[in-house]
Amino acid sequence: MCLGVPGKVLAIDGMEATVDFFGVRKVLRLDIVDEPVTVGDYVLNHVGFAIRRIPPSEVGETLALFEQVLKEAAQDDLMAADVRGELAGLPGARSDRARAHGSTPAAEEKS
Amino acid sequence: MADPGLDELKFRDPARARALSAALAREVAAVGHEPVSVMHVCGSHEQSIARFGLRAVFPPGLQVVMGPGCPVCVTDLPEVDEAVALALAGHRVATYGDMVKVPGSARSLADAEAEGGKVDVVYSVQQAVELARTHPGEEVVFFASGFETTAVATAAVLLNGVPGNFSVLSAHKYVPPAMEVVAEMPGSHIEGFLAAGHAAAITGSAVFEPFAAKHRVPVVVAGFEPLDVLAALLKLVELIRGKRAEVANMYPRVVTREGNRPAQEKLWRVFQLVGGRWRGIAHIPDGNLRLRDEWAHLDARRRFSLDISGLHDRAPSGLAQRCICGEIMAGLKQPSDCELFGRECLPDSPVGACMVSSEGSCKIWHTYGGLPDLREVRR
Repeated sequence: MCLGVPGKVLAIDGMEATVDFFGVRKVLRLDIVDEPVTVGDYVLNHVGFAIRRIPPSEVGETLALFEQVLKEAAQDDLMAADVRGELAGLPGARSDRARAHGSTPAAEEKS
Repeated sequence: MADPGLDELKFRDPARARALSAALAREVAAVGHEPVSVMHVCGSHEQSIARFGLRAVFPPGLQVVMGPGCPVCVTDLPEVDEAVALALAGHRVATYGDMVKVPGSARSLADAEAEGGKVDVVYSVQQAVELARTHPGEEVVFFASGFETTAVATAAVLLNGVPGNFSVLSAHKYVPPAMEVVAEMPGSHIEGFLAAGHAAAITGSAVFEPFAAKHRVPVVVAGFEPLDVLAALLKLVELIRGKRAEVANMYPRVVTREGNRPAQEKLWRVFQLVGGRWRGIAHIPDGNLRLRDEWAHLDARRRFSLDISGLHDRAPSGLAQRCICGEIMAGLKQPSDCELFGRECLPDSPVGACMVSSEGSCKIWHTYGGLPDLREVRR
């Protein structure tokens, strides 16, 4: 839950931004981001909300890190599962219920 | 898209990790006593330490203890009972996934669902609001868990306006007061704290300054990559050695001293601090985030008359009485100290909340191989 996932802002419509997360487009709320966001910026996502605009100098490193987390994602990798959960949690994501026994975000992975 | 070519090794580079580890060993030795005990207060830090096997490169004289860093784990039984009561009363309860299996006094939300209650897993409070819009004939209650970072999202949706059939049952928790309590707990000898990077992204590192001064302990804000954790520990032990009760920020790419002010403003417009029990740990003064009076109309505790007395008339099961999740969350014990760990208590059949949540210490240790003290192997 405490992980944040970074993505690139593709478009902004009021308080919602379409954000690219490693090739997956999602809608993210901009209500609580720390400073104004424009197209092309990178933002950190937490439960469907941007919580920080990531300074451009940090973008490459942070993105590469998360590429790595996702790439290494194994079935029982809790960090990667949380990252997937963060992505799945975006308002634009499908809200299929992860009815599930694991009840961790990993259960949502296949949806 | 960044070249996946290998900048990432910046934060995972083995050579840098070895260098940090060696420096950490020198620094711990220079403190002059062993063990040097420090605590982190974030489940994601434990995930990182366990997943990357970092305890193997911690010097033997350094003890890194897990603190109350799992919001699901510290949700108190009566809070779960309230959600269960609402579900059993026919209302639709939406919550984050880990909350569904967390046991209440007698039942979890999963049990309530099995008995006919309506329970929905959401990944964002925004989805819970959508549920209220698509089910106008029902009351939708968002059972809200998480620390301040997550509470900010709850605050934002309320400030935006929500449908009349939507309300919030807040189990949100605020970390700094819990650090106060744990720092003074008898039996704990914590000499420094690692603070959680993403909570600090909201509150700012300055929030820890009064704590550091009052308790005479250093606090270092840390990120979640292996080198983030090692570098933050190195900084923390340096401060311990120098007897400097200061706050240092080792996660500047995300955290500033003043934090995210617009988010803080939203958080405190909606929530106020109230004392309450954190499961298994203690009563934490100012540890709970509850809706302010102005938001009473959206507070499930005030909208519904909740009677949870019938839900905890049964004593907890024998197994639950042997669960030491609370002592683990307080940093007094570790999962391998529990006789249930990996035997009666497993991720598929958890006895306590520490085995339910992906941020719970028991689930993390179970996933990454129990007590990952590889130093024994290396010697």
